[in-house]
Amino acid sequence: MGGVILGVAQSIGARINPEWQILAGHVVFLVFIVFRPRGLFPKAVEPCPKPLPPLLLAKPGRPAIGRVATRTSRVFDVVAIIIVVALLFAPAFASRPLLQDLILIFLLAALALFWNLMAGYAGLISVGQQAFVGLGGYALFALIMVAGVDPLLAIPLAALIVALLSIPVGSLVFRMQGAYFAVVTWVAAEVFRLLLAQWRDLGGGTGTSLPRSATGDMIGLQFISELFGVRSAAAREIIIYWAALFTIVLVVAGSYYLLRSRIGLGLRAIKDGEVAAQSVGVSTTRIKFAVYIFAAFGAGLVGAIYFLQTSRISPDAAFSLLDWTAYIIFIVVIGGLATIEGPIIGAIIFVVLRNALSGFGPWYLIVLGVLGIAVMLLAPKGIWGNFSQFTGVHLFPTRRHLEISETREDAK
Amino acid sequence: MILKLAGVTKRFGAVVVADNIDLEVARGEALGIIGANGAGKSSLFNLITGVLTPDAGTVMLAGQDVTNVSLRKRCLAGIGRSFQIPRPFESLTVFENLLVAAEYGREHGHRGANEFCGSILERTGLAAQANTLAGKLTLLNRKRLEMARALATQPDIVLLDEIAGGLTEAECHELVDFIKQVNQQGVTIVWIEHVVHALLSVVSRLIVLEFGRKIADGEPGAVMHDPEVRRSYLGIDEEVAA
Repeated sequence: MGGVILGVAQSIGARINPEWQILAGHVVFLVFIVFRPRGLFPKAVEPCPKPLPPLLLAKPGRPAIGRVATRTSRVFDVVAIIIVVALLFAPAFASRPLLQDLILIFLLAALALFWNLMAGYAGLISVGQQAFVGLGGYALFALIMVAGVDPLLAIPLAALIVALLSIPVGSLVFRMQGAYFAVVTWVAAEVFRLLLAQWRDLGGGTGTSLPRSATGDMIGLQFISELFGVRSAAAREIIIYWAALFTIVLVVAGSYYLLRSRIGLGLRAIKDGEVAAQSVGVSTTRIKFAVYIFAAFGAGLVGAIYFLQTSRISPDAAFSLLDWTAYIIFIVVIGGLATIEGPIIGAIIFVVLRNALSGFGPWYLIVLGVLGIAVMLLAPKGIWGNFSQFTGVHLFPTRRHLEISETREDAK
Repeated sequence: MILKLAGVTKRFGAVVVADNIDLEVARGEALGIIGANGAGKSSLFNLITGVLTPDAGTVMLAGQDVTNVSLRKRCLAGIGRSFQIPRPFESLTVFENLLVAAEYGREHGHRGANEFCGSILERTGLAAQANTLAGKLTLLNRKRLEMARALATQPDIVLLDEIAGGLTEAECHELVDFIKQVNQQGVTIVWIEHVVHALLSVVSRLIVLEFGRKIADGEPGAVMHDPEVRRSYLGIDEEVAA
């Protein structure tokens, strides 16, 4: 039966255009796996009774506070600000290749942090984040080339568009769990790749480049060019560098704040046990969905900045499983899953390795693979994860420490 | 009636874990459940809390049908439970485990959450372990944490699943006193326990399960002397004994 439906859909697709045949197949697969996972007539869900007035179980206890920061983390907060300020002024003294490496590190670390939030905390193993990176890139190109928006403004707009698109995509893929979830995220990414290959205004299957005129009068370009005394191509890169720096700072600060908040507490509970978390009232689905949309927004942002820098986009590059998901998983795993520090360290290692091994051809991938296996065997929690466990050092602590004072309030 | 089960049935293939169970629990009551291993005690809790959905029958909580309602909504409607095999949030500290329950449970986000959790920790004997990772606790303390976390959601009815096993006599006394206090504050207790003397010093009513069926229900003294209960649960066959 499934074969017949698939065959009919593909032949209808083939009538329109040979490429639509593959697309139609994917869409049918996606629709069926998503809409009919548990039979035709799922049970209706009864509305929930209103909560009863809660009982006050405990008498007023001793005053207590929940602390998060540690001495190391307070020192590191200052160090982090110094690092960010130094990076902010880096274009004044850093060479162009160094700036390009830093841009790549920032973007990969940001993607890795988002993937880490999903897989490390929310238990969402997605192998389809390239869908949102690619959509971010294409949204940017469409905004610049079709709608004529300024490139700098187009970056956040593209990310917003991706976040909006992730809502319907999410409501489809969230019907699946575990391995099925992973498969469906990948299929969804492929659907977007095939769809955008049909968009002739943006080059179809072969892709397109941003015309020089489109970025020539970008906001701030002339100012930067005069300030640093560089030509417009270098000035454009400085603006992109700052956008990438802004992104990574936003992502690190955002995840840190999130993990220390009430939602973060719920997220950390979900990671350890979803049933137990639901049993104490954590809205697991809502939190996971919010993380998914947040991650899509981030991937869109990264895609927009990356493809603005390369100025060229094609469906295969934009929706590359290897670049935007496989490498990202590698970065998170060697750095340390479920930490903020890990993905940043992983991204630095990845880019340094890539540069060091760029002359060795296929050896590059072999070394990456060996390193991945070695880390998994010797430091299964990742480089930072095991270091942190061994030394007790947390640069971004999220744990809440209870301090109960000695005096009882009612004894005063 | 705070809790009412009508004709609740659940099968896993040929195994019937709940066979047409009717059960009513009054608000403020303390009810004990005993039965041999595999009698369906924990499954009954899973049916009440929503981990399992019954094949037939209804679960009513405070007059509302919650048979197909999510775990989370049942928690917010006032059910708290401990798991027989403890399921702490292992990478969180003991204090954070309670904080999750306090912030997401019924009176979520209230200002005194730290004090509230601290006070429950003191009363369940976990204050010294407040900042220890839950994954590093001993089994005994994991069981205490199960109960403490259930109470931190501020439930109207709390389901306790084998929490007294392995305690010393003194610890058992403390536990019994604590559960009595909780009950006196109006929280309904349903307690599965093999340590019968601890159970009987708290509950005013006892039910016995065998192969998913309720074989006795009533005043604890009478139930414990019921011949069928003695045969099923204690393995005493009256006729052979006589």
